[in-house]
Amino acid sequence: MRRPASGRAPAALLLPATLGLAFLVLPLLGLVVRAPWATLPRRLVEPGVLTALRLSLQTASLATLLCLALGVPLAWLLARVQFPGRRLVRALVTVPLVLPPVVGGVALLLVFGRRGLLGAWLSNTFGVTLPFTTPGVVVAEAFVAMPFLVIAVEGALRGADARYEEAAATLGAGRWTSFRRVTLPLVAPGVAAGAVLCWARALGEFGATITFAGNFPGRTQTMPLAVYLALEQDLDAAIVLSLVLLAVSVTILASLRDKWIAAP
Amino acid sequence: MRVRSVLAGFAVAATLALAACGGSNGSNTGSGAPASATSITGDVSVFAAASLTESFTQIGKDFEAAHPGVSVKFNFAGSSALATQINQGAPADVFASAAPKNMKDVTDAGNADGTPTTFVKNQLVIAVPKGNPKHITGLADLVKPGVKVALCAAQVPCGAAANTALSAAGVKLTPVTLEQDVKQALAKVKLGEVDAALVYRTDAKAAASDVDGVEFPESAKAINEYPIVVLKGAPNRAGAQAFVAYVLSAAGKSVLSAAGFQAP
Repeated sequence: MRRPASGRAPAALLLPATLGLAFLVLPLLGLVVRAPWATLPRRLVEPGVLTALRLSLQTASLATLLCLALGVPLAWLLARVQFPGRRLVRALVTVPLVLPPVVGGVALLLVFGRRGLLGAWLSNTFGVTLPFTTPGVVVAEAFVAMPFLVIAVEGALRGADARYEEAAATLGAGRWTSFRRVTLPLVAPGVAAGAVLCWARALGEFGATITFAGNFPGRTQTMPLAVYLALEQDLDAAIVLSLVLLAVSVTILASLRDKWIAAP
Repeated sequence: MRVRSVLAGFAVAATLALAACGGSNGSNTGSGAPASATSITGDVSVFAAASLTESFTQIGKDFEAAHPGVSVKFNFAGSSALATQINQGAPADVFASAAPKNMKDVTDAGNADGTPTTFVKNQLVIAVPKGNPKHITGLADLVKPGVKVALCAAQVPCGAAANTALSAAGVKLTPVTLEQDVKQALAKVKLGEVDAALVYRTDAKAAASDVDGVEFPESAKAINEYPIVVLKGAPNRAGAQAFVAYVLSAAGKSVLSAAGFQAP
């Protein structure tokens, strides 16, 4: 794996790679350059910033837990069980990836809204309504982010050597035991990578959240929503909020990567 | 492992981009060549407040019929979002705002060509689902327990007007959501997710098949004036001037008053 070939990197690869890197990094540099550094400390301690940040971190983490609880079994099903229509199911799982998040938000309203297919029943039976609540934010984020986790974990499961599971089976382990004791530890790095991807996507979620959960400070106004609304009033405030989100996510993702996923 | 960490890195960049992208409306490029004063051709790109959606769409069609070879492209959104887009250099020809404040953002930035003209006035009503199931008759009913209300965010003209009306009535209301434009607030009523929203009379009228508009006296204290102006960087200046003249003409006025707007 390490150092696959010696020699200089060919210019035909190096040049587009550099351009690609610049394309991804320059806009971030733009934010940093344009940031109102003089007023930054004052703006950072404005109560709205911390409220939105706390809400974002909480909801993204809860959404990731929800995705892990439902997505890992789903990935296992797709990777390990032969059943009719598996290709269709796999395609359906990835639909939220291509669906515009705003449409996802409307679709969630039609199902979980007060008059929705399940929402009406939830509301009448348990008095639970999801729209405009913090759990609603978690649902919207999980809907958009779960495919990232499922795809990553399914890939890891397909890459894992199935002979370990077969060996476990010959030693008398049932499928549940071998999933728990053999498969899961084997694909743990893949699950971690998927969870990180999923968390990052949930943290940046905008369209489904504002459509399904609305926008109210402290309850459903996550950082991306705060950035969007600040943008309409005060560009500097929007840049500060974006920088905070940037700093927090880069820090967390970088530290998680070192801890959970073997560095190259 | 290498692939995974690259993936995670990609996710960081993707998330940041997503976090930053928000609900940016595709801006129209007015590609019209600088036409002579007598004949206008090409695209006229009009940035107009969301509450003008129905009436301006009609005016656009009439205008195109009166000027063959001209195509009017609209960008409807909250006035504050439009003002930001214009001040960030969006290639627009005309700006029609739902409040003087958002117009002032554009004129203060030196992006208007001449002085804005007020062309209509509009005032708020309480939009409720058809049949008014919660029996809402005035602002005081909105704070009753179990009544969910959507307002526009304070930076959008309908939100500013709503706050003015509510404080005039001495009603302290906590909405479930602060929407980014009046059509979004109205949509939440149409979907049945809220019991009421403060929207313009014209919006309630345009959605009369789904919602009822409840008039309330305090709306007289929060009347919005709508200014329109040709923009300084207008790619199609002649087309822009002709469109503004058409809005102010008798033909334009009749469409606007049919939609429920008041004369300035």
